[in-house]
Amino acid sequence: MSSEGSYYVPEQSKLPIVASLGLFLTVFGAANWLNGDSKGPTILFCGGLLFAFVLWQWFSAVITENINGMNSPQLKRSYVWGMGWFIFSEVMFFAAFFGALFYVRTFAIPWLGGEGDKGITNEILWNGFQSEWPVMTTPDMAVNGDAAKVSGPGQSMSFANVDSLWSWLPFWNTVVLMTSSVTVHFAHTALKNDNRKGFNLWLGLTVALGIFFLILQAEEYYEAYAHMGLTLDSGIYGTTFFMLTGFHGAHVTLGTFMLLVMFLRSLLKGHFKHDDCFGFESASWYWHFVDVVWVGLFIFVYILG
Amino acid sequence: MAHGPAKGITRWLFTTNHKDIGTMYLWFSFAMFLLGGVFALVIRAELFEPGLQLVEPAFFNQMTTMHGLVMVFGAVMPAFVGLANWMIPMMIGAPDMALPRMNNWSFWILPFAFAMLASTLLMEGGAPNFGWTFYAPLSTTYAPPSVTFFIFAIHIMGASSIMGAINIIATILNMRAPGMTLMKMPLFVWTWLITAYLLIAVMPVLAGVVTMMLMDIHFNTSFFDAAGGGDPVLFQHVFWFFGHPEVYIMILPAFGVVSQIIPTFARKPLFGYASMVYATSSIAFLSFIVWAHHMFTVGMPVAGELFFMYATMLIAVPTGVKVFNWITTMFRGSMTFETPMLFSVAFVILFTIGGFSGLMLAIAPADFQYHDTYFVVAHFHYVLVPGAIFSITAAVYYWLPKWCGNMYNETMGKTHFWMAFLGLNLTFFPMHFVGLAGMPRRIPDYALQFADFNMIASMGAFLFGAAQILFLFNVIATIRGGKKATDEVWENPEGLEWTVPSPAPYHTFSVPPEVK
Ligand code: HEM
Ligand SMILES: [Cu+2]
Repeated sequence: MSSEGSYYVPEQSKLPIVASLGLFLTVFGAANWLNGDSKGPTILFCGGLLFAFVLWQWFSAVITENINGMNSPQLKRSYVWGMGWFIFSEVMFFAAFFGALFYVRTFAIPWLGGEGDKGITNEILWNGFQSEWPVMTTPDMAVNGDAAKVSGPGQSMSFANVDSLWSWLPFWNTVVLMTSSVTVHFAHTALKNDNRKGFNLWLGLTVALGIFFLILQAEEYYEAYAHMGLTLDSGIYGTTFFMLTGFHGAHVTLGTFMLLVMFLRSLLKGHFKHDDCFGFESASWYWHFVDVVWVGLFIFVYILG
Repeated sequence: MAHGPAKGITRWLFTTNHKDIGTMYLWFSFAMFLLGGVFALVIRAELFEPGLQLVEPAFFNQMTTMHGLVMVFGAVMPAFVGLANWMIPMMIGAPDMALPRMNNWSFWILPFAFAMLASTLLMEGGAPNFGWTFYAPLSTTYAPPSVTFFIFAIHIMGASSIMGAINIIATILNMRAPGMTLMKMPLFVWTWLITAYLLIAVMPVLAGVVTMMLMDIHFNTSFFDAAGGGDPVLFQHVFWFFGHPEVYIMILPAFGVVSQIIPTFARKPLFGYASMVYATSSIAFLSFIVWAHHMFTVGMPVAGELFFMYATMLIAVPTGVKVFNWITTMFRGSMTFETPMLFSVAFVILFTIGGFSGLMLAIAPADFQYHDTYFVVAHFHYVLVPGAIFSITAAVYYWLPKWCGNMYNETMGKTHFWMAFLGLNLTFFPMHFVGLAGMPRRIPDYALQFADFNMIASMGAFLFGAAQILFLFNVIATIRGGKKATDEVWENPEGLEWTVPSPAPYHTFSVPPEVK
């Protein structure tokens, strides 16, 4: 609540409707592509380009307004609320996929394996399937052997033994991402102290760590596909593994990109002051959120996986 | 900022004004209401008599699916967002919504999303045919190719809802005039605050579940495929985790509307304001832990059946508090029955009937009989039609004079009310009986013993449809002319929106008012 006199209500703007068009073309193209229409990729590409262009314009407009002093403290609070609730919505998106993982592990797999009242499906449909996690032998394989359409992975990504911790890639992924959460915090502190050099340095380091994480992740996926027989379609284990880590990776990519933009804004344009740095702050909140999701993944997908 | 709207079509395309955007949301919602209504009339025409007369069974399934989707996501939800846009800034003394450009973006996504959804009717294999609840594997393994377009349509309308909800929360938390403390906010604002929270919490889960479908369909994942270790029942859990809060998303703002209107026409302050706030919050909380009451027959462990049964029944307590408060507000009031009040009183009575049938359905062993029969259809139409739809209608009659400066035609309004009231009861009350007698839902043909009731239902449906044409006519006539409305419109109504002129100027409260 506030008593500040005039809240800046922007004039008419072409941005929203063009953004809607871009978003629509993007998904329309994607749907056509998936359904095997040859025009799909072109529509998707044009839509995506349009969408990216509008977002660029949009963010530039907001930044310019702020530089021109049009944003009252009250308006800035609106942006803070907006970002906060957006992150909450992202949390709920991940909750759906974590929920699916928990449900499958606690209920679906044991029932398929014949446990309790619901185990009757095992006798009738999936005779021979053994409840296990990771599911290496899918119910389909248990029943149909080599004729199975859905086969399990050759190997899983779960934590094997303590001795190999130091050579275990997810462990290093965790170290990298946790460190980057600290460095982005140092960047923030530097900015608060008006230390531009320190800010750029810590922020640049954070971006580098983000990229490093993505490289490690790519390496992990390569290993999975090339050497472990672990793919998106290797049963429920492959499904949950790639969907959870994949969406997380997509968010790391977005987060890294956001931080990179903030880095360039600071480096090239000298943006952000110790008391005026919402763009950077929101990117850093996003980064912390991505980090927390990773901790969840590390525990439930890798260690207890 | 004293200037008025821009000229021509760009006013609507590029606007950042909450009133313009509210108007667009409301008209869009009405268009979808008519479209979804046409689908419903196709269903009722086919069910007028036993036997297959008008449409192929396959097309019938597309009609039930599209009817549900269009009504839920296209008619009810956008109507409430439209009302929120128009009223919340005026009710809390704010100059506009907190994030005006994003506001327009939220709106303009919708026409694109629904154009894409509607276009599936023309696609090869037809429109989605798996019901508005799109259970896997009907919606995955056995779905028509158009399901991909359906999935992306859901994605972008979800994005629209989330942005709309973020905007509403930011507005309510950040833009209140000085002195407008939380516990002084009008109940419509309160209920929308909680609804927005529900939206942000569950729309991403809906996005998640359609994403899982997309992956199962196109990338061979095994979320809903037992052969790979997944489970089709998982779909239902994730869907209803979204779905049950969703039904409250469609009713909490309705509670808010009715809580504004009844005090005005009972000429008494709302009874139990604080308890209304707490009841709304508890309903929102409980709505997260009752989802599996839609799944009693799916084969859950007994502990699950019991938990979800009792948790569901618990919701009746805060709901009862609300009904009690509305009735007590009316008790010994000097009541008059203008059109908004008629719709509101009917809301209280008929919504309560829907609540009671909900309680019957909540009894797990009884639901084994009722599930997937017309009894369920009767239940949710009693909460949605005289619930959500009546409250939206009441809101339009109540605030229309403020929006356009003219009074609507009271006789026509009352005629609309009685036609709608009669029509909907004729349509949906008999469904209780055929449902209890065992008529399954979502079928194009039925056994002979259900014929009479179905014929009555179909006639009622066409009456209800005709009533809406009268409504449209009345609204247009009011916008174009009619008796001038006073600033207060009604007799001593409560709230900041009545302190500004009628019609409300393009910009209101550029300088925040002082709230005592
Ligand atoms: C006292 C409050 C309520 C209770 C106890 C209740 C209970 C239930 C139960 C147990 C079912 C599942 C029936 C079945 O499929 O066998 C159901 C279905 C449904 N309810 Fe309610 N309900 C309540 C209020 C509401 C409200 C306020 C709305 C919406 C405004 C609503 C909308 C629906 C819908 C749409 C369905 C059917 C979904 C479908 O299968 O298509 N209910 N309700
Ligand atoms: Cu429910």
